[in-house]
Amino acid sequence: MYLTDDDKRMRDGAEGDAAAAAMDLLIRYGYALDAERLCSIRNVAGTMTQPSPVKARLVAEGGWDKAFSVINLDSDRDLTIPQMRVPTCQLQHGFGPDSVDIVPYPRANVDLQSDGEAFYGRRGVQILATCTPYQVGNLPMRGEHCAWMESSAVIYANSVLGARTNCEGIASTGAASLTGRIPCWGNHLDASRHGTHLIAVDGITVESFQDWGMLGYFAGSVAGEDRPVVTGSLAQPDLTELKHFGAAAATSGGVELYHIPGITPEAVSVEAAFPGSVPDAVVYGPAERRAVYETLNEIGSSADVDFVLLGCPHASLDQIRQAAALLDGRRVSANCELWIMAPRALAVMAERSGYTAVIERAGGRVLADSCPAMSRAAPAGTKVFATDSAKQAHYLPAILGIEAWFGTLEECVSAAVTGRWNGGLS
Amino acid sequence: MSDRVLHGRNVVPGSVEGQALVSHEPISGWGGIDPARGVIIEPRHELFGVCFTGKILVFPSAKGSSGWSGFFQTTRLSGTAPIGMVIGRISAKSALGAVVTRVPAITDLDADPCSVIATGDWVRIDNSTVEVTKR
Repeated sequence: MYLTDDDKRMRDGAEGDAAAAAMDLLIRYGYALDAERLCSIRNVAGTMTQPSPVKARLVAEGGWDKAFSVINLDSDRDLTIPQMRVPTCQLQHGFGPDSVDIVPYPRANVDLQSDGEAFYGRRGVQILATCTPYQVGNLPMRGEHCAWMESSAVIYANSVLGARTNCEGIASTGAASLTGRIPCWGNHLDASRHGTHLIAVDGITVESFQDWGMLGYFAGSVAGEDRPVVTGSLAQPDLTELKHFGAAAATSGGVELYHIPGITPEAVSVEAAFPGSVPDAVVYGPAERRAVYETLNEIGSSADVDFVLLGCPHASLDQIRQAAALLDGRRVSANCELWIMAPRALAVMAERSGYTAVIERAGGRVLADSCPAMSRAAPAGTKVFATDSAKQAHYLPAILGIEAWFGTLEECVSAAVTGRWNGGLS
Repeated sequence: MSDRVLHGRNVVPGSVEGQALVSHEPISGWGGIDPARGVIIEPRHELFGVCFTGKILVFPSAKGSSGWSGFFQTTRLSGTAPIGMVIGRISAKSALGAVVTRVPAITDLDADPCSVIATGDWVRIDNSTVEVTKR
């Protein structure tokens, strides 16, 4: 891999031992990818503070310097972690102090994470604590090279914003934060951003939040790790709908980039999305829609719902408002709990707007920082949960060993109030 | 004597030999493996419940969350890692995962490793070649 003079200086220690270890990791990673060179970035989204058993052990042995060296730089050296070289944010992590008494989550993890936030905050890390940095001010520009992890954020940045990032990991984002460099490979290159599969929506119109999620789940199952182009009978989507679509496509497959001609910025037409010949379209119609719905609901058998989870990926302010409007004057069943996961910045605005008071009066909760899948934490005794998120319906049964129902926001709120699932595909 | 030699592109330098564990389906890290035990935990996966510790893991690709590499790094730190990786199609997740697991790894082979190699075969990775001895 070609290295610039600055890359070589960092590798050789001119910017300190930690930057040298970071460059060593980037060189090993670039070799593994067969990348020709590194590119410069000024926007890193990674994870440092999320508690884990290995991290707790490393912090006990040698503090956060040791934890960052081993986990975020893949280095065995005894390093002192300096200021982040480029703007770097912390994605979603564990639950925080205000979740104690609500979420069954180890107090030791809460304390470890608070300690980590203080350490990394002093080194310049922005503790956004959300899987949706693009909802709280981190909006990379079109064409901007970034180093992001979190599959649902990566697909949003690439597809909706037209930024350029691979689905990075903990060590590559750690190394990027101390060097401002990342391998120029995959989604960073023009030649790797065109469409590979064409999906045509026919016989139905995709316009609801639920339908955008199901279409995303279908697109991921068709395209796998490649790049679907979606056309046909589509209403104008908004941020929340493409947030749901992308998270679902990155869950059923490994999609990191898609195009919706006329909607997303990089493909003005189907022809522009495919520089060569346009492939035959895979049709998404009523039968395919029904099949996705049944796949997402195949884990559900008992209709007794004891947990309703909204906000995956983290809810927008308007999703919190919609939930509040549906819960106004109603009461969550004594046998059920309702949690809405949100970025902390938006939870503050929801509180100021009065939505949180309405939700809490009904017995629901607005929670920040994490989610049940990240923290492996749900209300005690949960056996059956309901969600409006295709991603969470896919993952949570495997992670927590519980049943899942997938439906609309209205069906989920109704399940919370009655304690019974009564959803169906309309 | 090996029965078959595959040629590919080296991902992580080094030589290693051992028994193959072959997955025909992509492997998830986060939500797909338990790094404390080195076991595949994804329900409905063909290798559900199977331990990869000490094996040469042969798989078509990495899928799912960007936590992939971190979970495989944890297998190294927990002593439950595979000893080598043969990767059908490389991605950022599996490339970084192989690097931080620090085991010899190879990709872009001249035949599909998941069809040529079977679980239990004896496999030797030597930088850019894979020697397969059928069991």
